Amino acid sequence: MARPLSFIGAADTNPETMPYWDGCAAGKLLVRRCLSCGKAHHYPRGLCPFCFSDRLEWIEASGRGTIYAFSVMQRAEVAYAIAYVTLAEGPTMMTNIVDCDFDSVRIGMEVTLRFVPGEGGPPLPVFAPA
Amino acid sequence: MGLKGKACIAGAFEHPTRKAPDKSVALLHAECARGALADAGLTKDDVDGYFCAGDAPGMGPLSMVDYLNLKVRHVDATDIGGASYLVLVAHAAEAIAAGRCNVALITLAGRPRSEGMAIGTAPRAGNPAQPDLQFEFPYAPTIVNMYAMCAQRHMHEYGTTSEQLAWIKVAASQHAQFNEHAMLRDVVTVEQVLESPIVASPLHRLDCCVITDGGGALVVVKPEIARSLQRPLVSVTGAGEAVKGQSGGEVDLTYTAARWSGPAAFRMAGVMPADIKYASIYDSFTITVLLQIEDLGFCAKGEGGRFVSDGNLISGVGRLPFNTDGGGLCNNHPANRGGITKVIEAVRQLRGEAHPMVQVPNCDLALAHGTGGSLGTRHGAATLILERE
Repeated sequence: MARPLSFIGAADTNPETMPYWDGCAAGKLLVRRCLSCGKAHHYPRGLCPFCFSDRLEWIEASGRGTIYAFSVMQRAEVAYAIAYVTLAEGPTMMTNIVDCDFDSVRIGMEVTLRFVPGEGGPPLPVFAPA
Repeated sequence: MGLKGKACIAGAFEHPTRKAPDKSVALLHAECARGALADAGLTKDDVDGYFCAGDAPGMGPLSMVDYLNLKVRHVDATDIGGASYLVLVAHAAEAIAAGRCNVALITLAGRPRSEGMAIGTAPRAGNPAQPDLQFEFPYAPTIVNMYAMCAQRHMHEYGTTSEQLAWIKVAASQHAQFNEHAMLRDVVTVEQVLESPIVASPLHRLDCCVITDGGGALVVVKPEIARSLQRPLVSVTGAGEAVKGQSGGEVDLTYTAARWSGPAAFRMAGVMPADIKYASIYDSFTITVLLQIEDLGFCAKGEGGRFVSDGNLISGVGRLPFNTDGGGLCNNHPANRGGITKVIEAVRQLRGEAHPMVQVPNCDLALAHGTGGSLGTRHGAATLILERE
């Protein structure tokens, strides 16, 4: 069962990251890519963290990724799995692993994108075993 | 700028309390300041430089210099979390070398235990302007599960085991039994660590440090002043600092910023890891120690699990006596920031004032290293090399 996640920040008042959250609202995970050096990054910024160029585009992620690292938080009201997932597009992002038996989660496991409701904001991108 | 011959640590004091519901944070700072100055044989009127970090209440040095009623000509409030106090020692030494002050006072204090702070297991929201916050906080990162991911990845890449991590706690507990002020004085076994409940996989409860009230203070002085005092001479001879984050999404949890701060400090001091007789190594969690030991060069990357096993960190038993006060894992982690206690125990060792059961014979060269923030997201590292003259 998906755990409702609380949205933090103010997407509607932050032009730097608003397209990312608008993408989530439309069921898309957007990744920031630099038109100067060609590298994609996460979390999204207004200047490329690799070359400081402001010539950036948003690309829609395929939704495929692999688990780089994870931990199942047992000391919580409801146990949950936090993870770093490396996207097929390159960058690694913090997320949750959902809709699975946590005992079966492994580093290197292939996962696919899902969205869960965000409390007080747009849906949030999470991942489940592919 | 090299630091050799530029500054000495003349005073060091660790507050004996581990629970102080009846004292304000400012008062704890003041009691630590008084303790360290008394240890050095100096008075508050000798202080002309004041150094503190994010635990200082109010507006850092402004609030604390006023509360302590100091008259200073130099302040520094560099904050890199729990590693701040090692950086502040280096910055104090640099300020003294530059003639900006002669007697630098560094204080830390806090009372997370009395305030019932679930520091490790509750997600904490920061300032909404913090750029990473909206992309991380919804997923409920905590201090423990962030370090746990580092452990999980290290196990995956290098075959490190929970048994090997447990040896770090075992070594700390062997030392803590001799520290009358330690919060946890019972010696534990590898089995007891493994049988303690999982907090965030793969870390167990006994892989985690204590939550304590308290604090500490240090007095760094000009060598001429140090020589006039009736204390053994402890010199700052090397220092390094570094910051590591997620590198724009190129996340690598297998190493820490100690990979940069360590070599910088060794280079400045002109010594090698193999020369170090005692090491204070930040121990917020067992995995913190293992990663730093590798990055500081005490063993090769990936060999940390084998290095810490079989009592290799226990004074009188192993090759690298560490955290002989019991460390953050058993003794004290005041204000959730263990950096100052790392320097204090190194000073005790270099003076020959550690507990006789854990004192390293002829300890004339020590390392103190701290990590601040979170290894799982973004953190600071600071390394000090200290020598007894």
